[in-house]
Amino acid sequence: MADYEHHSYDVIIIGAGGAGLRAAIEAKQRGLRVALICKSLLGKAHTVMAEGGVAAAMGNVYPEDNWQVHFRDTMRGGKMLNNWRMAQLHAQEAPDRVLELEEWGALFDRTKDGKITQRDFGGHRYARLAHVGDRTGLELIRTLQQKAVSMDIDVFMECKILRLLRDDNGAVSGAVGYWRPTGEFITFSAKAVILATGGVGKSWKYTSNSWEGTGDGHAIALWAGAELIDMECIQFHPTGMVWPLSVRGILVTEGVRGDGGVLRNSEGKRFMFDYVADMFRAETAESEEEADKWYDDHTAGRRPPELLPRDEVARSINTEVKAGRGSPHGGVFLDIASRRSAEFIRRRLPSMYHQFMELAGVDITATPMEVGPTCHYIMGGVRVEADTAATGIPGLFAAGEVAGGMHGSNRLGGNSLSDLIVFGRRAGMGAADYVEGRADAQTLDVAQVQSIIDESLEPYTRETGENPYDIQRDLQELMQSNVGIIRTGSELDEALVQLEALKVRVDNISVKGGRVYNPAWNLATDLPAMLTVSTCAALGAQARKESRGGHTREDFPKADPEFGKVNMVLSQPTGSGMNADVKLDPQPILTMPDELKALFEEAK
Amino acid sequence: MADLTMRIWRGDQDGGELVDYEIESQEGEVVLDVIHRLQATQIPDLACRWNCKAGKCGSCSAEINGMPRLMCMTRMDQLPDGPITVTPMRAFPIIRDLVTDVSFNFEMAKRVPAFNPPPMPEGGYRMQQIDVERGQEFRKCIECFMCQNVCHVIRDHEENKANYAGPRFFIRYAELEMHPLDTNDRRELVREKMGLGLCNITKCCTEVCPEHIKITDNAIIPLKERAVDAHYDPVAWLGRKITRRTKRSAAEAAADRP
Repeated sequence: MADYEHHSYDVIIIGAGGAGLRAAIEAKQRGLRVALICKSLLGKAHTVMAEGGVAAAMGNVYPEDNWQVHFRDTMRGGKMLNNWRMAQLHAQEAPDRVLELEEWGALFDRTKDGKITQRDFGGHRYARLAHVGDRTGLELIRTLQQKAVSMDIDVFMECKILRLLRDDNGAVSGAVGYWRPTGEFITFSAKAVILATGGVGKSWKYTSNSWEGTGDGHAIALWAGAELIDMECIQFHPTGMVWPLSVRGILVTEGVRGDGGVLRNSEGKRFMFDYVADMFRAETAESEEEADKWYDDHTAGRRPPELLPRDEVARSINTEVKAGRGSPHGGVFLDIASRRSAEFIRRRLPSMYHQFMELAGVDITATPMEVGPTCHYIMGGVRVEADTAATGIPGLFAAGEVAGGMHGSNRLGGNSLSDLIVFGRRAGMGAADYVEGRADAQTLDVAQVQSIIDESLEPYTRETGENPYDIQRDLQELMQSNVGIIRTGSELDEALVQLEALKVRVDNISVKGGRVYNPAWNLATDLPAMLTVSTCAALGAQARKESRGGHTREDFPKADPEFGKVNMVLSQPTGSGMNADVKLDPQPILTMPDELKALFEEAK
Repeated sequence: MADLTMRIWRGDQDGGELVDYEIESQEGEVVLDVIHRLQATQIPDLACRWNCKAGKCGSCSAEINGMPRLMCMTRMDQLPDGPITVTPMRAFPIIRDLVTDVSFNFEMAKRVPAFNPPPMPEGGYRMQQIDVERGQEFRKCIECFMCQNVCHVIRDHEENKANYAGPRFFIRYAELEMHPLDTNDRRELVREKMGLGLCNITKCCTEVCPEHIKITDNAIIPLKERAVDAHYDPVAWLGRKITRRTKRSAAEAAADRP
């Protein structure tokens, strides 16, 4: 019989990246008892990896920018599959959220007249990304972290949540987890729970995600009865490092292209001009001369094709490599060396300069980088109500990457940091409104808690069995090859069969050693979530028989208007957990009101 | 063929030892890659903290051949031949293997009086690039805590920890002190309670900073000058008495803390 410590709060927030921190600040400002729980140390979340900036139509560089243009860019980038209300709130509120960061101590780069300056990024009509060199995510997380610490918010670091609990009325009532440094168990009862656990990329072989991106929030929400949507929509960032092998997948910021970098194949050709889709033809340059004028003056020429949305660029790189025109290590060349001065590159892209110098021995001020697509971000996620971030389960909220809908089938660069602060705040507000006047959560069901604990300890009960690292590697190989950037029906069918086999192996894991900071056991407890989100991604990909944004089917290469009208909704109606069936049900997307539809007519 | 020897410290708070592991080398790897391959193939329970594996989060600090480094940014082919020794940071209590208890730093973070700007004008604050750049240098800090680890004031003197913020927090105080908008005065606080005077500028912190922040020259020395100015300069003292204060006092600032 395992002993465990117990805590009671008004609101617990699982995940302490940008969204979790922002939600915690909001709930705390409302006078609530708040706990922030994270799998790593505070301030290490994946938000620190965001480089280029935070998108907000502040109009500091181009006064003609406004929320309507940002909204339209976001929806078109997402191929119109977005939850329009989320995209609207996001575009309207992002500028205030960025300004607020400066009230809390952030220091963004400036324009000549002292305002926050903004840079160009793919899919954004105007220079819109507030930034600090190429380390904007670090600035955002540190600012929010320092604000949260100054407010005395309770933080539970290196604490992994295994499952959510619900009370007799079906409302969420708490969570069960364990401390990684001690292996001791811990329970929380709470009136409301906010999920802010980030993404799922760790199930793919080449990814920009850290070990934490195991889809914990997606999985525990699904297991608790919430719905997920569009889990097939996964962004492969076009520019990850490809060499040396050990750093394959590490991100190369889109800011390189925003600042003048171009993509070339092995023949030296700037190939993106060959891949401009009809949807973007009117606003994309036709020649190198026209494109090159644009960087200094957006009215002198149209946008370079290197700055098309990420899904377009990633697919184009993939095609070039497959056609035999790739770089020596299986990518293409990203060249800023021949186009900008060494001084400019070092000032604008300091961490890229160091990253390549130190990890690959490449001086990006002198030679081109080798880059290729890397699994980066999941657009799909927990189905939420836009204004409150509420899920279908009373008391359960979700914000940031774990929430679905905001980005449709493809996210624009810079829209994730703004997503975190806009919907992190809204989740905090939503939870605070929900909690108001509610009695304390019921006591947790001891038997249920015990069964969750026992399940997590099963790997220790087997003398022999599977090595969790082997299962993780096989899962990553499978998802990379069968549910990767280009998919086909037969490979997806095969993936679903293989995933079931992997689940059997997960149920036969054996772990040795103690529970104190044991990464093998930690991985064993992450794998059920990884298998669940991988299954959801494969099911969604199999059902969506079209190509749209971050979901490309070789056997259905075109977007199908009928599929553009539905979200792929996933749920577990008959059971709960990794081994329970997942049901897929296409449901109509939200209908956009006419006044917003008109924005797209104007643009034509 | 196992052509590489990794000599790794294994143990917990009750003690431990260096253990040799043989593994074959692979092209282009960093130390963290080899640790990960050892976990996957030989030592599944080898404890090691890491996150981004790109030098941006500051989680994987350790001492490699005796030198504090980020494991994810240390290329194997740039280390000398022979066994590679990997040990945990020494200034912090051991949890297990390469993982240490760095909570000292999170406690120090709580003691920093918060940033306190004037109300924001319509359309946001105006600041010049040259003014924000001083603070931006310090905000590059990824909190790897290697500067704390090598600072001899606490590395060999546990008893100093209660009253010594350390280089990581001196750059935080310097950043706030130099922030164009901040109105709190923390100069007395860093002198009296944060042990600024204990630093005798040996620059060990600057040497190990993976972000190349000039901790000593750009943060600690200017902070020492300002703290000493505020405390001892009779003209400045008189000036404070007869002119309007622009910053709140250290006592007032500290009172913001709960």
